[in-house]
Amino acid sequence: MERSEILDKVRELLVDALAVDDDEVTPEATLIGDLGAESIDILDISFKLEQDFGFKIAQGELFPEGVTKDPDFVQDGVVTEKGLELLKERVPHFNLDTLKADPSVENVAKIFTVDALVTFCEQKLQTA
Amino acid sequence: MRWMWIDRIVELVPGEKLVAVKHISMAEEHIHEHFPSTPNRKPMPIMPMSLVVEGMAQTAGVLVGHAEGFKEKVVLAKVSKAELTREPTPGCTLRYTAIIEQRTAVGASTKGIVELIDPQATANSAESAQVIGSIDLLFSHLDNNMTGVQYPKENFVFSESFKTLMETSGIEADF
Repeated sequence: MERSEILDKVRELLVDALAVDDDEVTPEATLIGDLGAESIDILDISFKLEQDFGFKIAQGELFPEGVTKDPDFVQDGVVTEKGLELLKERVPHFNLDTLKADPSVENVAKIFTVDALVTFCEQKLQTA
Repeated sequence: MRWMWIDRIVELVPGEKLVAVKHISMAEEHIHEHFPSTPNRKPMPIMPMSLVVEGMAQTAGVLVGHAEGFKEKVVLAKVSKAELTREPTPGCTLRYTAIIEQRTAVGASTKGIVELIDPQATANSAESAQVIGSIDLLFSHLDNNMTGVQYPKENFVFSESFKTLMETSGIEADF
């Protein structure tokens, strides 16, 4: 499946799950910041991705869980080197460049963009 | 029996489907305070749509809870869709059919159909139930929430009222 085709399907799915307009769903838009997703929406999106694309998503595979609450990975409000390494390993679909430039814990949510979601689907479809 | 919006479970296919009914009575207090009107109709007692959604939430919630052996604290997290085309009035029966669409350790999504059985309409036609809407829901298992918030150990979701509902419906359940 072409990346543009995946983006179209992801856009349609996010419009439905988050009640946003389709022109808001740009590749750069962040799910939690720009599109107003809450933690329960991640579960909803995960279910919808499984249905629409036909792959299975394990718990924590789409978006990391517990990383920001572990003192090994976050100290004084900053993601540690160990934390960044873990994110790179657990969620390879995320582009960590902006987080590496400013590893403040508030920036973790900003790496979850529409583009990252498309990359996630692309990677899942390739390994399916 | 406070806050129970289904009267009986009439069918259960564990992990798949649950059908429940709710008889709407003029004796219910909320009916006394809910008399909406429309441009074409005078005010009349109507069961609020929000309570119809709650009825479906209880139907689907019991289905999801039963599938987990009532060990999980199953809470309604999101109303994904709720469409209702007709107002339920006293004397009618609502029939809720909930089907589990997806279920994981974290939660479940359900699809639901709401039917209305109107005794007057039934007397005049062979059709016993009319589909009046669909309600799709998302449930979370509280102890597996993504935010890591801790809740009391006791399962406060499936209370004594739900236990009574299961018993009067002839369904064995270990709460």
